[in-house]
Amino acid sequence: MLPREYRTITNLSGPLMVVEKVNEVRYDELVEIELASGERRRGRVLEITTDKALVQVFEGTTGIDVESAKVRFLGKVLTLPVSRTMLGRIFNGRGEPLDGGTGVIPDALLDINSNPINPYSRDFPSEFIQTGISTIDGMNPLVRGQKLPIFSGSGLPHNRMAAQIARQASVISGHESFAVVFAAMGITFEEASFFMEDFRKTGAIERTVMFVNLADDPAIERITTPRLALTAAEYLAFECDMHVLVILTDLTNYCEALREISAARKEVPGRRGYPGYLYTDLATMYERAGRLRGKKGSITQFPILTMPEDDKTHPIPDLTGYITEGQIILSRGLHRKGIYPPVDVMPSLSRLKDKGIGKGKTREDHADLMNQLFAAYARGKEAKELAIILGEGALTEEDKAFARFSDAFENRYVRQGEYENRTVEETLNLGWELLTMIPVRELKRVRDAYVEKYLKPLLDKQEVAKPETVKQ
Amino acid sequence: MAVGKSVKGKISKISGPLVVASGMTGSGMYDVVRVGNLGLVGEIIELKGDLAYVQVYEETSGLMPGEPVVSTGAPLSVELGPGMIEQFYDGVQRPLNAIEDKAKSPFISRGINVPAIDRTRKWGFTPKVKKGDFVAQGDVLGIVQETILVEHRVMVPPGVEGTVDEIREGEFTVEETIAVLVNGEDRREVQMLQRWPVRSPRPVAKRLPPVVPLSTGQRVVDMFFPIARGGTACVPGPFGSGKTVIQHQLAKWADAEIVVYIGCGERGNEMTDVLIEFPELEDPRSGQPLMKRTVLIANTSNMPVAAREASIYTGITIAEYYRDMGYSVALMADSTSRWAEALREISGRLEEMPGEEGYPAYLGTRLASFYERAGRAICLGKAKAEGAVSVIGAVSPPGGDLSEPVTQNTLRVTKVFWGLDASLAYQRHFPAINWLSSYSLYAEKLGEHWDGIYEGEWAKSRIEAMSLLEDEDRLKEIVRLVGIDSLSKDERMILETSKSLREDFLHQNAFHEVDTYASMDKQFKMLRNILTFHHLAMEALRRGAVLKDVTEMEIREKVVRMRYVDEKELSTLDVLEEDIKKGIGNLMPAGGEVNVA
Repeated sequence: MLPREYRTITNLSGPLMVVEKVNEVRYDELVEIELASGERRRGRVLEITTDKALVQVFEGTTGIDVESAKVRFLGKVLTLPVSRTMLGRIFNGRGEPLDGGTGVIPDALLDINSNPINPYSRDFPSEFIQTGISTIDGMNPLVRGQKLPIFSGSGLPHNRMAAQIARQASVISGHESFAVVFAAMGITFEEASFFMEDFRKTGAIERTVMFVNLADDPAIERITTPRLALTAAEYLAFECDMHVLVILTDLTNYCEALREISAARKEVPGRRGYPGYLYTDLATMYERAGRLRGKKGSITQFPILTMPEDDKTHPIPDLTGYITEGQIILSRGLHRKGIYPPVDVMPSLSRLKDKGIGKGKTREDHADLMNQLFAAYARGKEAKELAIILGEGALTEEDKAFARFSDAFENRYVRQGEYENRTVEETLNLGWELLTMIPVRELKRVRDAYVEKYLKPLLDKQEVAKPETVKQ
Repeated sequence: MAVGKSVKGKISKISGPLVVASGMTGSGMYDVVRVGNLGLVGEIIELKGDLAYVQVYEETSGLMPGEPVVSTGAPLSVELGPGMIEQFYDGVQRPLNAIEDKAKSPFISRGINVPAIDRTRKWGFTPKVKKGDFVAQGDVLGIVQETILVEHRVMVPPGVEGTVDEIREGEFTVEETIAVLVNGEDRREVQMLQRWPVRSPRPVAKRLPPVVPLSTGQRVVDMFFPIARGGTACVPGPFGSGKTVIQHQLAKWADAEIVVYIGCGERGNEMTDVLIEFPELEDPRSGQPLMKRTVLIANTSNMPVAAREASIYTGITIAEYYRDMGYSVALMADSTSRWAEALREISGRLEEMPGEEGYPAYLGTRLASFYERAGRAICLGKAKAEGAVSVIGAVSPPGGDLSEPVTQNTLRVTKVFWGLDASLAYQRHFPAINWLSSYSLYAEKLGEHWDGIYEGEWAKSRIEAMSLLEDEDRLKEIVRLVGIDSLSKDERMILETSKSLREDFLHQNAFHEVDTYASMDKQFKMLRNILTFHHLAMEALRRGAVLKDVTEMEIREKVVRMRYVDEKELSTLDVLEEDIKKGIGNLMPAGGEVNVA
């Protein structure tokens, strides 16, 4: 069918445009708008009645005039040309190359709103991914096919952490092909160039596809950017058998854009002005993570969002938390203490952790050790709070040991270098080493056999070391 | 069911899952329609003049005004018959495995039409009536062994009666006639396959109040906040507080004969987890895989939102059907908030006047009519069998704030409230059911039941344990203000015992092979031992024993390990009680004699 051209724009409002007297226009169809200057913009049909189409213009309606602009309905939905050669490339929020290269020679053209994965066809995520960060590997382990967001706040180093994960992520067993798909929504030029530089410097760019929508790019494109990225990821994972790590930053900007369109459409708002379908909309992105039966590849998602006012009950982190399989929460308190990465271990959670750890995956003692560290850290923090109210003197000897432990835990376990890539083995051993600070009888969450095997040798070593320190 | 006339109209407007069709005069409210050239399934939810507002159960992208809309003249219905157990359905009862076969893809494409119940499979039908018998609605015509655990009773459909003129025996598909009933002039052929509109409750002979416990194997539930067969419970909690794990635990261990599990707008991986795990897990009572009694319905968060709205009706209709056979059915819906959100989204597209937080004003009525379909009842039919549907709905309040409309409306109609607490979850105390704020309105009735078995000790122990925990809360406040030293020995013992109640009794590890399930016998003995210890310790303290000696007794280690005692070796818990008595007796200052009573 030939594209049909109309000059019947009647209303323009925010990112929306009404075209009248249209015929045979499909819901969700892609639209091209040609301005008098020859500039071309794109949009999609949001609502259609017998003769009227409501169009959302991706690049915004600035400069469009009702008189001269021409509207063409393209008879297809928004697609992304995909190919293996996308690796190493940078695209904008419309899927066009930003790196000066030529367009991708497509192996396929994929609808960016892919169909939902049949839950029957999913395979359960169970392979451990080593990120080299102790607070993730040791305490909140990530598995292939999981979606684990980082809940951050303005001014916290989530970008550095995301870059570190992108650099270091690997699977313990073997050398399978691994790719990173990176989608930036509404981040500043500075942030974007940080990622690009970092990926270039470390060579990670070779296995990365980037989709970048900067803060000064049209807000509406933020809606399509993550979908382009996920479409590319699906192609690489399920057609090219790669293990794909998708980093989406910053979801807060995405939701703002969604709210903008919703308000322009005069929809009934839900909480804090966000549309009532925010949950469903976010789910259509997050649920594109996973593994499929009979396919080698996988999609693991790391969405990053900044919580407005560090408020976890704000609709964006709240709804995200209900969809994703856990969350990594960054703490301003730890950041102030100069601890990087400032992961707040207590409220962070990986829901799939039990599936990816243990004998044959990481190590037999992982689950017990993790629970013990959680419990000990919690008790230590509680003791410290008590000490603030009642003074150190009110603490029992045990509580004092736990308090010391929690400090050491933050300083040695949580804190690590930006380029320090700890193996899971190192992380686990470090955990045991810290547990030596606590009386053995207080270690209720670990099996005796593991205490014998992992803790006793360390304690013996300390016994030997002690007399020497006395001498000095 | 009478099928109305089929009406054909045209699409005049498309907005997301809502399609408006013109020329629909003559179609009925809630009729199912086929939309567009792809034949997408939808349901009429509003009629205005000749306009029909249709919610479409599949993605509407690519539809165009002018495409046909055809009404089927019948309301949204489910197919009922043998073959539903072990199935994995989407929100409008399409089997997801058949969708995969037909789509030849792991993604759900649109316009796929697959029957809910396999038409080719043959079932061995054994008649239970003979020629000349008079049968009416609900009477069992015969039985089919659906799975090793479920005997499927083929019933006379509601509204049908007559004399059996013909009854067959042997292998039949669900569409083949198994009986012919004669009623005057009327000859009616009966097949195993029946249909029922999802939005209407199935009839029963008489409704009964719930008085029998639904055991779940979860200590905090069975002992503290029990639910009855035919009862309703609500589990609200912020994310990460373990709603889904609790729902899974109940689906696994509840002593219901049939379990219907609805994943309503939740994670795909969670459903996959159930799908992989249930066939491997053994039912503690029958030793058979749990899947052999389970029906799964999944409409994950990324699947079409209108089908999510339908999914809980699909689920409860299936549950009612098995209840009508005289079974105790447990239905879990995770999460009803997602269902309410679907309602809100559709309502918004209809441009209805919003109520609280954008939810439609009829949210409360809809929720109430859903939960009212739960209950214990005498079923239709001569046998007067007793069946029950228990409903356990998870609620996901935004930000964990229970004052929001879905939680509040749910609390008005449910009888059990298991309040999940984020701070308990942070401390890794699972199940994170708050023992101070939760309640069960069945506790008293069920107490009578258990007291009959445990010689009047059950309700007493429960109340004592709960008041100890309440005391703990009060004492902790004091400690926070003025320090532990201000407490008396007795009060410190209360703190010790409540800690033991929390850590050794209420805390239960869903991932430990023994701890994951505890029978009432085990639960009762565990609680009894903790309380016995407490009574004797208090007695000993009063007689001058030193607190430290009591709290550091080695036998405490055994109390901690009670949870790992196998169901087959529960007598060790009785031995432990004796040991506790002896152990504390030894602590008594010389001449002291413990009063064992």
